[in-house]
Amino acid sequence: MSREWVPFGALAATVILIQLVTMFTNTQYYLTQLIMAALYSIVVIGLCLLMGYAGQISLGHAGFFAIGGYTAAVGTTLNLLPHRDHVLVRMAERAGLTIQTTNSWGVDILYFSPWITLLAALLLSGVISLLIGIPVLRLRGHYLAMATLGFGAIIYYILLGSRFLGEADGIYDVPGFGLPGGFTFDGARNNRVLSYYFVWALVIGLMVLMHNLVNSRPGRALRAIHGNEPAAMAMGVDTARYKLSLFVLSAVCAALGGVFMAHYNGGMGPTEAGTLKAVRYVAIVAVGGMASLWGTLGASVVLNFLSLRGYFGSLDDAVFGVVLITVMLVAPDGILRRLGMYTLRRNRDTAPDAFPVSAEKQVQRGTA
Amino acid sequence: MPSRFLRKSRCSVALLEVNDLFRSFGGLRAVDQVSFTVPNGMIKGIIGPNGAGKTTLFNLIAGSLVAESGTIFFDGRPVSGLPPHRIAARGIARTYQNVKIFRQMTVLENVMVGCHQRSRGGFLAGMLRLPFTVREERRVRARSLELLEMLGLPEVADQDASALAFGRQRSVELARALALEPRLILLDEPAAGLNIRETVQLAQTVRSIRDLGITVLIVEHDMSLIMDISDEIVVLDFGRKIAEGTAQQVRRDPEVIRVYLGDEDAEG
Ligand SMILES: Nc1ncnc2c1ncn2[C@@H]1O[C@H](COP(=O)(O)OP(=O)(O)OP(=O)(O)O)[C@@H](O)[C@H]1O
Ligand SMILES: [Mg+2]
Repeated sequence: MSREWVPFGALAATVILIQLVTMFTNTQYYLTQLIMAALYSIVVIGLCLLMGYAGQISLGHAGFFAIGGYTAAVGTTLNLLPHRDHVLVRMAERAGLTIQTTNSWGVDILYFSPWITLLAALLLSGVISLLIGIPVLRLRGHYLAMATLGFGAIIYYILLGSRFLGEADGIYDVPGFGLPGGFTFDGARNNRVLSYYFVWALVIGLMVLMHNLVNSRPGRALRAIHGNEPAAMAMGVDTARYKLSLFVLSAVCAALGGVFMAHYNGGMGPTEAGTLKAVRYVAIVAVGGMASLWGTLGASVVLNFLSLRGYFGSLDDAVFGVVLITVMLVAPDGILRRLGMYTLRRNRDTAPDAFPVSAEKQVQRGTA
Repeated sequence: MPSRFLRKSRCSVALLEVNDLFRSFGGLRAVDQVSFTVPNGMIKGIIGPNGAGKTTLFNLIAGSLVAESGTIFFDGRPVSGLPPHRIAARGIARTYQNVKIFRQMTVLENVMVGCHQRSRGGFLAGMLRLPFTVREERRVRARSLELLEMLGLPEVADQDASALAFGRQRSVELARALALEPRLILLDEPAAGLNIRETVQLAQTVRSIRDLGITVLIVEHDMSLIMDISDEIVVLDFGRKIAEGTAQQVRRDPEVIRVYLGDEDAEG
């Protein structure tokens, strides 16, 4: 294999090494936070592509995470037994798309297979991001930030206000995600090691896909949009379509993270859709160096791990806010890149701006 | 007579045809009822004082600005009102007066973006690195390196393009535009900021581009360069076309002499 895959091999080796260390030092409880950090990293990897490579900011990705999580949670907790005579339920049951069991309260329940709800979650987030993206991606800079922020807020208040979605309590009693081989991905202690390997395999797989994308024809087109949008258009890149596709892709990533978070935690609450979470994701991408998948993954794992272990105490959300402000002031192209983690030499005056200011069509289409 | 020549060429093979093009900014008529044609295979120059509307004219042709009235035909089909990427797909490439290089991309990658229209791979194919995209990628890379070779840049292929000297960035832009395999190329002041040696080289390059079968429309302030390489020249002043013809004809045109030399005696 070529040098290209060395980092991925190193990541896989690190994942295995950490598990072995926790096993021999009897600190396996760390794996719980590493699993959740991996799930948040799935969101952040998608967002990194959107922000770093296409220069579009989104403060709405916590909303997509929640859309994924809630779809999985609702689909797998809705008891279908009373509706067993319904055509759709009967069809689903016959096709083997439902699961029947007795829950922790001793009640017989019939629910949709997590595979079905996973598919539904990805589709739903894809469709919603498409519908949101078409009007919203015409905006740029601050305006785009505000519009996506508004979207996240709407999702948050819908979740908070819907009796059906559990209002402030959210949805709980979400079953684990049954995988081939009889293993279940959930928060149970005896599944922890396998769940750890499963999510990290997912993260590595996603990193490979994104790495490929960045180095492909559409990836180059996206970077060209970031590098100089008018010139990208003049070179035949349909910039609006590419931005929209990437927005949808990153939203689907966020939903994927949300789905597995719901199964891991056994539920999901409305705070997952909150603005503070959205800011957190953006802050992590900013620390990671915007256009650096590896930097972003590193920042995500470290910051999420520390946060989930409670090192930031009650200042948890404030820490991420301060981090974001500091990065923007000190090193807008990312702390890690500033420390020399990035290979291309670049000059100060051409530092990337994820927050381009101009909103005028004229400027957007590029003239001189 | 320029007008007779024009009518003749329009009947035969006008690659680009601009009719009564008009665009203003506020009250300023930047391009004012301009008409001309560019026959296939020609190098056509556009000159005019600062602010004459040359760049605006290019922006209208390339679709980055929309005309208020008038039409543009490319290869017999209307292109006015199309977005820039559709016009690029039709075969019109351009370079910019103020170089617009793709930041944070290598020289080679910059040129490879130019091949965008001549390749197919989409998001899913790219993520999964399907075999056809691997082959396509190899072809695009080879083609781009060829162009860098042609423009004398092969040794900087892997450098950050925005870190290059200004003159070399111009060459990267040119290579990128050629990667589009255009039928018409719009060059906006390609000699600005170049030294004498580079300017001489540029004249060679423009000719060899034409010899590849690409029609050239070039804006330039360097009079000796443009008079030397252009088959025909359009002169703009305050948005209006004031003259058109061969270098000799334009040089002798009293209106052009007045614009360029003011009231002074027009000799030399
Ligand atoms: N986007 C714009 N908004 C307002 N005015 C503009 C815009 N673009 C061009 N102009 C004006 O239109 C006129 C023509 O400008 P243009 O850039 O086309 O001139 P030019 O012939 O290319 O000049 P130069 O030789 O300096 O490049 C100028 O007066 C300029 O100020
Ligand atoms: Mg100009």
